[in-house]
Amino acid sequence: MSRPSDHIDPGQAAPAEEVRGVRLGVVGWLRWAWRQITSMRTALILLLLLAIAAIPGSIVPQRSSDPNGVTQYFADNADLAPWLDRFQLFDVYTSAWFSAIYLLLFISLVGCVIPRAKHHWDALRGAPPATPQNLNRLPAHLSASMPGTSPAEVIAAAERILRRDRYRVRRYDTSERLTVSAERGYLRETGNLVFHVALVGVLIAVGFGGGFGFTGQRVVVEGQAFTNSLISYDTFSPGRFFSATDLTPFSITLDKFTTLYEERNVNAVGQPIDYTADVTTEVRGSDPIKQVIKVNDPLRIGGADVYLLGNGYAPAVTVRDPAGNVVYQEMVPFLPQDRNLTSVGVVKLPDGLSKQVGLIGFFYPTVSAGHSGAFFSMYPDLLDPLVTFNVYVGDLGLNDGVPRSVYALDTSKLTKLTGTKTDLPSLELRPGETAQLPNGMGSVSLDSVKRFASLDVHRDPTQGWVLAFALAAVAGLLTSLFIPRRRVWISARATSGGTVVEYAALARGDDPTLSEALTRIATAHGSDLGLVRE
Amino acid sequence: MNDTLSQFSVLSLYSAMAIYAIAFILFTFDLARGAGREANAAAASDSIVQATGDGSIATLTRVKPDAATQPRGRGRLARIAMAMTWLGFLFQLAATVLRGVAASRVPWANMYEFAMTGTLIITLVFLIVNLKWDLAFVGAFSTGLVLLLLGLAATRYYVEVVPLPPALQSYWLVIHVFVATLGTGFFALGFALSLTQLLQTRREYRAVESKPTRLGWLKRLPDSAQLENYAYRLIIIGFIFWTFTLIAGAVWAEKAWGRYWGWDTKEVWTFIIWTLYAGYIHARSTRGWRGTRSAVLAMVGFGAVMFNFTIVNIYFKGLHVYSGLK
Ligand code: HEM
Repeated sequence: MSRPSDHIDPGQAAPAEEVRGVRLGVVGWLRWAWRQITSMRTALILLLLLAIAAIPGSIVPQRSSDPNGVTQYFADNADLAPWLDRFQLFDVYTSAWFSAIYLLLFISLVGCVIPRAKHHWDALRGAPPATPQNLNRLPAHLSASMPGTSPAEVIAAAERILRRDRYRVRRYDTSERLTVSAERGYLRETGNLVFHVALVGVLIAVGFGGGFGFTGQRVVVEGQAFTNSLISYDTFSPGRFFSATDLTPFSITLDKFTTLYEERNVNAVGQPIDYTADVTTEVRGSDPIKQVIKVNDPLRIGGADVYLLGNGYAPAVTVRDPAGNVVYQEMVPFLPQDRNLTSVGVVKLPDGLSKQVGLIGFFYPTVSAGHSGAFFSMYPDLLDPLVTFNVYVGDLGLNDGVPRSVYALDTSKLTKLTGTKTDLPSLELRPGETAQLPNGMGSVSLDSVKRFASLDVHRDPTQGWVLAFALAAVAGLLTSLFIPRRRVWISARATSGGTVVEYAALARGDDPTLSEALTRIATAHGSDLGLVRE
Repeated sequence: MNDTLSQFSVLSLYSAMAIYAIAFILFTFDLARGAGREANAAAASDSIVQATGDGSIATLTRVKPDAATQPRGRGRLARIAMAMTWLGFLFQLAATVLRGVAASRVPWANMYEFAMTGTLIITLVFLIVNLKWDLAFVGAFSTGLVLLLLGLAATRYYVEVVPLPPALQSYWLVIHVFVATLGTGFFALGFALSLTQLLQTRREYRAVESKPTRLGWLKRLPDSAQLENYAYRLIIIGFIFWTFTLIAGAVWAEKAWGRYWGWDTKEVWTFIIWTLYAGYIHARSTRGWRGTRSAVLAMVGFGAVMFNFTIVNIYFKGLHVYSGLK
């Protein structure tokens, strides 16, 4: 049996259900189970299950795509979240149950495709099947009487016509009638098999792709360079089969980062229109090249792809001790908080001053004050920039071995000295200005404001394969849905003074133009024989 | 200048909606009138017995006439309604083009514009398919759905013309979104035909059992098997477009976000829809699922398309926050 046992073609009467209640041996049971797994119904139900199982992942935040959302969800739904977690609802697409469904589906798929491929292979090399006894029982059927012709001549013409239409033909003659059996559209089944096999290809390529690749993120400030090595990434996630030697040595220097904001359209003032990162890249052993990275236009370098995924401001901050010695000098990336790029950043000063000092900074590219006097940014570009710092002293918590984010300050063991709920106002700095830290601890200067770009570097050696399989699937789909597969039989029987011809056709799969095709064949056949209607 | 253009666009869209509303009423009357008329189709089916070109064959007798080719006259009401739909389409086309010119880009970059272009395509698919087959009976559905979506778009989703954010500046926006709306157009008609098929099946059962039915108005329409064939032909075309949407979306995601697939909400729903329709195609070839059950699947599939287009766009969180609504 080539197709699944419960496969039906249009116009085909459903075969009788199998007899039930027969005692089966172990082999019988196994065979029965296999037939169930590879049946159309199972494939269908698994497909529907897969669709349903995918839904929760669009409702509950997922660790893979939205880790902060998950944290927030735990905070908001403290009772429910652990339960959802128990059922892997924050990792739906790698969960045991989701994997089980698609793995079963693919087992079913392979189990279904192998026998079909074998059968199709035989069909491709074999001859069209024998002509049925009663042609008038087939879904499309015509007959004609052709006085003054001989069956031999009629059937020869029929064979010719069918061959011309690229049917594969075979004669099945008996003493009472001459018949030709023809079939075309083998490509339909080929396409169908290609489609299903290509799906397996996609799955395998996707499965392996993650394993050999890596993704890493790195924030680069204007003027800074970044080299492709493990230590220079801010975050790095390697695939299972990744080895650090896969990192091609290259470097990227961010020369300039340019942003463009809408200025004229009153409905969209301040909306970003363009981000451009001008970079100089250098692959070891060759000359540096100037290149451009844009959103939607990644840089392909050294087998990896570099994407521009974010940007913001990095104030250049210098801190001096009371004697005027520099204890800290860095460009500090501030994380954007809103559309107008109000940004937050942190400076940690564990050594050099009399106490450990932490600064929480707010940056306003175009500052404005609300009614309450609180600052906000009213435009994302650098028109009137201002940084404010709240100063904390105490224990920065850097010595307890717990890794700390450079973007966050743990204030639990710190005392706030400036800003709200303290006696002193927060420090306010415009570029080029210096402010004194409280208690004569030293000074802070804002030297300039630069921009930073956050770059994502990915390598996925199999994504080309995924695309190739996906395109193969589309090609297979098109052939299998739109090439009709037909069997046609023509029989010629001698009568007194002539021949009676019967034409019949059967479609495999959906075929809306079956009878038209048969009529066309009959017409062509008639004119080929030079018959004129009486 | 651009403001004037977008105002003309809105005006033109409102005119289109008014015209669609008339078409909708006419289509509905035409359906309702069908109840009084007896099927005149049966007579027509014999006429194809000899319909083979120049008739060079001496005697041709067709044993099983094929229901597919029954010519069925279109009533006057339906003809006027079709003409109105064409007219409404032209106005909507003008509205869409003006919007695009006003924005100097393709007019499908936020919810309002998706709705405008999407319904334009639904109408276009309906009109074109009607050049080939007489499916005027889904006109009431098609114009009704378009009206509903346009009404929602104009009142709830309207946004002024604004430039594209960098993430959307890509030719993949042109390809990916356009193909998705094409797919949606075919799925919409497939939905209407499957719904009609379900009702027709019900009427046919009642007729066999000689029970009274309020579905008499369906007598004039093709039988359920024929409706199913129409639906299937349209849905597989939609499915091809959807497959392409999925792939084009992945290619674009790779360029814009650095990964071709990340189970973002919109990606999830595109996948769900694709899987549902793959299920539909299988159901057509599965014993016990052809007919009513596969029709239900086609309807669920389109339900998911609409859900994706409205609810997911607006209420679900994800990277695809392009509704343009604040
Ligand atoms: C990942 C899972 C699967 C997907 C997405 C899928 C999808 C499809 C699609 C889109 C078609 C129509 C296009 C064509 O004819 O090539 C199709 C047809 C078909 N599939 Fe699958 N399939 C899957 C698994 C299976 C399995 C497990 C079986 C075997 C039980 C199967 C058997 C068939 C058969 C027999 C047809 C031809 C139907 C006909 O007569 O037209 N498929 N499938």
